[in-house]
Amino acid sequence: MSTITGQPPDLHEAAGWRRTKNRIATAAMWVAFVLVVIPLVFVLITVVARGIGIISWQFLTASIPPQVVPADIGGIGPAIVGTIEIVGLATVMAVPLGILGAIYLNEYGGRGVLARLIGFMADVMTGVPSIVMGLFVFSIWVIHFGFSGLAGAIALGCLMLPVVIRSTDEMLKLVPNPLREGSYALGATKSRVTMTVVLPAAIGGIVSGALLAIARAAGETAPLLFTILTVTTVNRNVFSGPNTSIPSQIFANATSPFTGAQDRAWGAALTLIVIAFVLMIAARIITARFTRYSR
Amino acid sequence: MEQPEQETVTSLQPPAPVAEPQAPPVPQPQVLTGTTVFDAEKVSCYYGSFRAVTDVSLSIYEHEITAFIGPSGCGKTTVLRTLNRMNDLVNGARVEGDVRYRGASLYGRDVSPIAVRRRIGMVFQKPNPFPKSIYDNVAYGPRINGEHNKKKLDEIVEHSLRQAALWDEVKNRLKSSGLGLSGGQAQRLCIARTIAVEPDVILMDEPCSALDPIATSAIEDLMRAIKSRYTIVIVTHNMQQATRVSDRTAFFSVLRNEESDTRTGVLVEYGRTEQIFHDPSDSRTEAYVTGQVG
Repeated sequence: MSTITGQPPDLHEAAGWRRTKNRIATAAMWVAFVLVVIPLVFVLITVVARGIGIISWQFLTASIPPQVVPADIGGIGPAIVGTIEIVGLATVMAVPLGILGAIYLNEYGGRGVLARLIGFMADVMTGVPSIVMGLFVFSIWVIHFGFSGLAGAIALGCLMLPVVIRSTDEMLKLVPNPLREGSYALGATKSRVTMTVVLPAAIGGIVSGALLAIARAAGETAPLLFTILTVTTVNRNVFSGPNTSIPSQIFANATSPFTGAQDRAWGAALTLIVIAFVLMIAARIITARFTRYSR
Repeated sequence: MEQPEQETVTSLQPPAPVAEPQAPPVPQPQVLTGTTVFDAEKVSCYYGSFRAVTDVSLSIYEHEITAFIGPSGCGKTTVLRTLNRMNDLVNGARVEGDVRYRGASLYGRDVSPIAVRRRIGMVFQKPNPFPKSIYDNVAYGPRINGEHNKKKLDEIVEHSLRQAALWDEVKNRLKSSGLGLSGGQAQRLCIARTIAVEPDVILMDEPCSALDPIATSAIEDLMRAIKSRYTIVIVTHNMQQATRVSDRTAFFSVLRNEESDTRTGVLVEYGRTEQIFHDPSDSRTEAYVTGQVG
């Protein structure tokens, strides 16, 4: 039999300054959260409310009518096709290059001069304003070869490249070194280690990083202003002739005095948000799928 | 990480007989006989300008278990990792002196670390199964060596898991993740993965330090069971483990230089395990194995 003598110790949290600080910090966090959510909610509500009535199959597929025409005639078909073409081409150019670049930085370059230079350049490139990227492509490409979806894709690709490099780089850094050593200890070459251990372990994060870069690129307007112009009918050839995209169309229509054009801008804005949303969801699903074996 | 990209095995020819007589390694009071697998001579290892290990000379014998013991920072893991050129992967790591593996110089010109590691496998301190299925973990090594025949791979996987005493526990879930295993199972999976490439030597870097006593005992049984086929070198902090499993023991210690305020690892004594633990010839060894220091 054990006995307890005296009063039991007071195990309650002491009131006082520490507790007050905790409350203040918690309240501040909530305020910050609400401040962040307010604009997001307003944007979503406004875009959905004004855009939902516009969207129909015809709106998504029909050619773009003159701006005076009311919203129930015509649509933004060429802009959707243009966005898919241009962003698709930009993805094909930027994502493989970016992933390879990150692999070089992480697995091959080490702390060498070239690797540090590439890492630094990627960081600088991230900071280049998108409109400057558009001007750059205009001066080196459009002046010589004319407006085309390709020119827009080059501009978007230049914007995506550093983002893909950085996100992939972060994912490769998370792959634990003992995994690499385990593979080396079995007599694997560096390329084997990279292909069979490092990339599979990081692939979920790499893919979702790439999808987020694609979603960003799909919403860019400035780099497309002087690289693709706008057109009113579908241009199936991404390599030549002016093209158009959803953000360009929103820009052109929203600044128009005609209500029909403005309504089409709202519809296009909602379409763009849905596309970005779908890409985000896909990124989440892919990340979850590929990490099946890692926990 | 500097790592030559070589898939082909160009060097590391079949063992050439070593003709020249070798200077006797550090204190070796007794005559050691048998076929040697490794002959290290005056090996010093550097990380940048830091000399982690100085002038280690020792021979490791075929089909025996050799234990490296000593306090932290004495360089036993560093020496182990020089035996299959694992330290090549560390930035700024450098080796001086000569390490011969069955007569071939491990650090000679044009020696491919890939070829070295295919013969000399390694099991690490922390179990590091790949984020793949149990089957793919074991089949990984054979696959990178070009074995893609499904039937052959099945055989290798079963055989390796049996040797690693893991088969009965995992035979019904070969397709599930290797990361779902317990610590002891994961470490045996790593041993099975190493066995699957049929190495000549298995280096073990504190393989039981993350395991409980029961899992440790399973690994030790496994080591004794497979030593007739492999040569095993094990680094351990557990002196009882060294006495339980090893045939020979090398005791490393830290040498401090008060003047330059540097320290470096040295091999103090090397011999049969029972001699090292019961009749050590160096006072530092005696102090360590009897628990007076460290």
